[in-house]
Amino acid sequence: MRAFRLILMRARRGEPGGAKVADYEPWNEARGAEIIAAHVSQDGAAMPMLHAVQAAFGCVPVAVIPMIAEALNLTRAEVHGIVSFYHEFRSHPPGRHVLKLCRAEACQSLGADALAAHLRNRLEVAWHGTTHDGALTLEPVFCLGLCAVGPSALLDGRPLGRLDPARIEAELGGVT
Amino acid sequence: MTRVFIPRDAAALALGADAVAAAFDVSLRGAERGPGLTRPGNPPPGEQSAVTVIRTGSRGLFWLEPMVEVETPDGRIAYGPVAASDVADLLASGMLQGAAHKLRLGKPEDLPFLARQTRFTFARCGIVDPLSLDDYRAHGGLKGLRRALQLGPTRIVEDVTKSGLRGRGGAGFPTGIKWKTTAEAIGSPKYIVCNADEGDSGTYADRMLMEGDPFTLIEGMAIAGIAAGATKGFVYTRSEYPHAVATFDAALAIARREGLLGETVLGSGHAFDIEQRVGAGAYVCGEETSLLDSLEGKRGQVRAKPPLPAHKGLFGKPTVVNNVITLASVPFVLSEGAEAYQAIGFGRSRGTMPIQLAGNLRYAGLFEAGFGLTLGELVNDIGGGTRSGRPVRAVQVGGPLGAYFPPALFDTKFDYEAFAARDGLIGHGGVVVFDDTVDLARQARFAMEFCAAESCGKCTPCRIGSVRGMEVIDRIMAGDRVEANLELLQDLCHTMKFGSLCALGGFIPYPVMSALTHFPEDFNKTSPAFGGRGRREAAGEGDASRTRHV
Repeated sequence: MRAFRLILMRARRGEPGGAKVADYEPWNEARGAEIIAAHVSQDGAAMPMLHAVQAAFGCVPVAVIPMIAEALNLTRAEVHGIVSFYHEFRSHPPGRHVLKLCRAEACQSLGADALAAHLRNRLEVAWHGTTHDGALTLEPVFCLGLCAVGPSALLDGRPLGRLDPARIEAELGGVT
Repeated sequence: MTRVFIPRDAAALALGADAVAAAFDVSLRGAERGPGLTRPGNPPPGEQSAVTVIRTGSRGLFWLEPMVEVETPDGRIAYGPVAASDVADLLASGMLQGAAHKLRLGKPEDLPFLARQTRFTFARCGIVDPLSLDDYRAHGGLKGLRRALQLGPTRIVEDVTKSGLRGRGGAGFPTGIKWKTTAEAIGSPKYIVCNADEGDSGTYADRMLMEGDPFTLIEGMAIAGIAAGATKGFVYTRSEYPHAVATFDAALAIARREGLLGETVLGSGHAFDIEQRVGAGAYVCGEETSLLDSLEGKRGQVRAKPPLPAHKGLFGKPTVVNNVITLASVPFVLSEGAEAYQAIGFGRSRGTMPIQLAGNLRYAGLFEAGFGLTLGELVNDIGGGTRSGRPVRAVQVGGPLGAYFPPALFDTKFDYEAFAARDGLIGHGGVVVFDDTVDLARQARFAMEFCAAESCGKCTPCRIGSVRGMEVIDRIMAGDRVEANLELLQDLCHTMKFGSLCALGGFIPYPVMSALTHFPEDFNKTSPAFGGRGRREAAGEGDASRTRHV
């Protein structure tokens, strides 16, 4: 989509939060084992380990679960239980860019619901969905601590405030 | 050398602070290159080269962000809100000398919003370079820790108890008593756990402090460590705060390098180190026992109490669990004395509270003040009413578990007990304002929907009750047997309030019942008695945006 070329340019310029999203490694067992080994001696290793896995692969691949279970002396079911408990962990990599749109009360008071409806309609995606061309994943998020400047979002980690349909379209590269 | 201060707080970034900083960079370097880019009125290029841009936290006046300050012989002069396109004009007008301009605000401390505050905990935020320990020391940092090292554990606990400081996360438990319990508990090692899982909508004080003055939190945790006999601290920060996570990690590295953390804190012989861990989007992990389970690498499920974390906390060891603001309030208590802290406040709520004004508000920002202001003062006098310009209809205080207050209750004083007496809570100090377009039935439904998505699943009233609550409100909104379903909803709220294991299921009745009590007309729009505005189109509109997707 022509729409997202601008975002990509911005990301390549290395601006804050610039999308390393497109740089995820494909799943690789040896690399997975290396990440697990780097965290296994930490107290309460599961969370830092899962974060490191997702940072590398863009998600927590199903294949890594038995490996983590083995390393932490847990059952696969227990590891699956941990992964599935937390909203942040994904089972599939996201699109090249991720927009986390706040849906909590402070942003609601400034029209976040209408903004979300507009965006979902515009991008033709459901929550957690990715646009057809794989450019953007839309995630709902419940509070970014930007409650004085809502409605707010994080675009590839870059905070955006006082959003309205016009402003978000501009940020997404002038999608028409 | 002229110093220019531009915030790097995430909310300032959301309004373009990085672009403003980049514009300063370009303009100042452009001026250095030669007179071609220098406009009349500018100082000679030689002088401009002596300009340093320092990125700070935010002062918390978000309608003025990005707010740029310049150091002049008369003190700092602020300009704002500055857009990147204003920068060339500002420089040409002589802003580096503090000259007049339409964006000139004068001295920040003279702005009424700041002048009315009592900044104890946020004294340095927005002023210092958050990652300069020298700057921190120059602004009174480490005085509290030095005094704590002289006093020793027992007297630190005495001072903190005397100050009247209560948990700023929401529960309001006396901090000194919590520390004493942990100090006296048998078990080793002991831990200090800082709850930075600030998930309540309308709150951002933890984030601002970690981004704008992280050494205050480190100092507070070190003091807690000495007092409780703990050598290790954990900070559990939410993943929705990537900027706070990065700044705090950088501050930890500096603190270790400079001997503030490590084998011997400031050369005292006390060992204390801190590790930051990042959450993964679970609201319930802001509940202390669920947070502990998450830190241990488990699902963030709530534990039954007792045992208290002070006796059996992280990895089964005695643990102090405190909110960011609680710990960050401690250095002031130690450096300025318990009396100075205790002298401010109202009733049993002593000291200051960083109140976070948020939502549909003209002057939204951080307002640290002694307890006892009324809700009306906060919303109308200080907050300036709505941003939309429409009348204020409801104010939710204390996050998603807090009650919705109508203007008729604006005389309620900001104080733990006063809010409890009116079936509400101050929580972590978030105040979210809604104008007259808000539909309170819809807000009540959202509360149940949020609880259903965020329930840890351990106890039945919360796990099942929230789903049933959503369904009942849907029926009410659709005009289906409204009276009977309203009665059912109240009964369900009663069950959740008294039967849930933690504050999530236990407090979600606050927003629901307050909406029902103070805004009944929103729940019965089909009845002529309520104005008969017709069947609700919004019924059943809520979507499963928070459905687990793994």
